Amino acid sequence: MRVALFLTCVNDTLYPGTGRAVVRLLRRLGHDVEFPSGQTCCGQMHLNTGYRRQALPLVKGFAETFGPYDAIVTPSASCGAMVRDWHPRLAPRAAGVASRVYELTEFLVDVLGVTDVGASFPHRVTYHPTCHSLRMLRVGDRPLRLLREVRGIDLVELPDAAECCGFGGTFALKNPEVSAAMCADKVTAVRETRAGALCAADNSCLMHIGGALTRTRAGVRTVHLAEILASTEEDPL
Amino acid sequence: MTMPTYVGMPSFPDAARRAVADPRLRANLARATTTIRGRRADAVAELEDWPALREAGRQIKDHVLENLGHYLRLLEEKVAGAGGTVHWARDAAEANRIVADLVKATGESEVVKVKSMATQEIGLNEFLAGEGITAHETDLAELIVQLGDDRPSHILVPAIHRNRSDIRDIFLRAMDDAPEGLTDSPAALAEAARRHLRAKFLSAKVAVSGVNFAVADTGTLVVLESEGNGRMCLTLPETLISVMGVEKIVPTWRDLEVFLQLLPRSSTAERMNPYTSAWTGVHPGDGPRDFHLVLLDNGRTATLADEVGRQALRCIRCSACLNVCPVYQRAGGHAYGSPYPGPIGAILSPQIRGIGSDVDASLPYASSLCGACFDACPVAIDIPEVLVHLRARAVEKGPRHPLERVAMAAAGWTLRSPTRLALAQRGASASRRLVGRGGRIRRLPGPLSAWTETRDAPVPPPESFRAWWARTNGGEGE
Repeated sequence: MRVALFLTCVNDTLYPGTGRAVVRLLRRLGHDVEFPSGQTCCGQMHLNTGYRRQALPLVKGFAETFGPYDAIVTPSASCGAMVRDWHPRLAPRAAGVASRVYELTEFLVDVLGVTDVGASFPHRVTYHPTCHSLRMLRVGDRPLRLLREVRGIDLVELPDAAECCGFGGTFALKNPEVSAAMCADKVTAVRETRAGALCAADNSCLMHIGGALTRTRAGVRTVHLAEILASTEEDPL
Repeated sequence: MTMPTYVGMPSFPDAARRAVADPRLRANLARATTTIRGRRADAVAELEDWPALREAGRQIKDHVLENLGHYLRLLEEKVAGAGGTVHWARDAAEANRIVADLVKATGESEVVKVKSMATQEIGLNEFLAGEGITAHETDLAELIVQLGDDRPSHILVPAIHRNRSDIRDIFLRAMDDAPEGLTDSPAALAEAARRHLRAKFLSAKVAVSGVNFAVADTGTLVVLESEGNGRMCLTLPETLISVMGVEKIVPTWRDLEVFLQLLPRSSTAERMNPYTSAWTGVHPGDGPRDFHLVLLDNGRTATLADEVGRQALRCIRCSACLNVCPVYQRAGGHAYGSPYPGPIGAILSPQIRGIGSDVDASLPYASSLCGACFDACPVAIDIPEVLVHLRARAVEKGPRHPLERVAMAAAGWTLRSPTRLALAQRGASASRRLVGRGGRIRRLPGPLSAWTETRDAPVPPPESFRAWWARTNGGEGE
């Protein structure tokens, strides 16, 4: 099985640690992973802002870059949903590649058949199920099943977890007051858990909530799920 | 194709900004939507075959939309055959004219009204007022809105933005027969409204209603309601005029059965709504002697021509999407600049009115695309899909945003090439010392300042992932 990492432009540019964590985790589980250097962006920002024409070359570029791979793993539920849900609608020939895209927790649980990945993370953690993981990819409880097996973790439930954090890509800029009001309620819910770390399967949502957490000096850090799963007793995060 | 009362509304972000800043409005909305959201979830969970019902609802509606011409002709034939008169209205102006002329022909200057979205859409009350005809809303919440000289902010609960002390103040100010010393207890408020409305029901000669469903097979019109005011309006007056969007048809009574399960559970979280009235034409000695059905297009056939957007016409006006929407909950219904607020309004208004105005061009963006509306919709309207579709249309035909266009073009150019992306990433990494302090950016320039108003932005890392991968040969050097 030839496995490619589709890291996404946001992670590649701003959160390289998440990419390194996925590589480390998959290698630890005995699977090599390649990073096709032709990859850039899935086109979600352009599509969702109404610039469909600008998104199309990115959709085609994705299909060319990842065409040769058996499985394409991404640590972003949102970009994974963009590829799997939208690419076939925008370019029917992209359907084959799109169907081989797996969000990280889907790949671990469904393809590799593991929930205990040998991770260790002795901290109090709460999990935010992002909208696109929940309502587009329908990853369900896969992330929680993986987290529950992590050694030492104190996993606490986030109140009103399924509520959107208000990011929504350019929504945060076009409707900043509504977005901020949604984020403020999410931050309140996170603080109620008294967790030291908030985790999710999407760095874009974490960037949003995390930006409000540091601004309000909430003392909660944000960690991508992949980084928790990559963390071990010998080599902790 | 206009909604006269909503001309010149501000764009969604401007209106929403004011709503977000109103803590009482937010508290009223949050309390109301959270309560009904929980009840709806329970009511839906009771039915094991909910997904199948939802799929049936979707298919019946799609079938009707695909064969709309046939069903409209059938409905017209059956309604006329049962003694009703059918009128066709291309737009709001035609519909308003038809209704006003029908009322005038009776010699009356007052009508009682059953809550109706279609007549809100065409601004019927305002038009009738201009013609010297007074329309009395008889649904309690619509009455509150009307007496308060206000606009509805929710499809099902038009006065959701009001609490009971607001309502008492409105009644004391605007209801001529409000009892002295009226308190704000729900029972006292309901009793005051009941007495006020009873006088209207007993004297009214003409009623105007909307239509929830029209059974084409038999020419039967159906209205669902909770208070019994609708039953009064539909049975007591001599003349009944019903205004109905052309998409409200179901083929047969068997099809109606599906929607009589979907609608109450989705809207009021009830197994069955208290009053379901169905009537077919006229019957001597029983109900209105004169029945008129006004079939309203008002942008609907244009919407039907859009392969993606047409699914909005499946809507049965349940408002489940409003109640689960985090944006609606904070922005309130008025921000949507139309009688159709919330997610469904964001896809319906720009389609039936066109995308020309500021508010209509901004509505497709009034969503974080969280998808809660799609999950709640009892006829499976993929609202996020239509929103994204309409955003593309807004970019093509809506107001120009030159800065955004330049930014999107530049981002598109950069992202089309991994080489250019890598270059941009090196630039970002090089700037990290300049932009960030303590690992975060507290202020960004220009339009990006909307982000840093309330949120820090991340500082770019020393090297991108692709730079690390190239430098370490895929991490092997680590």
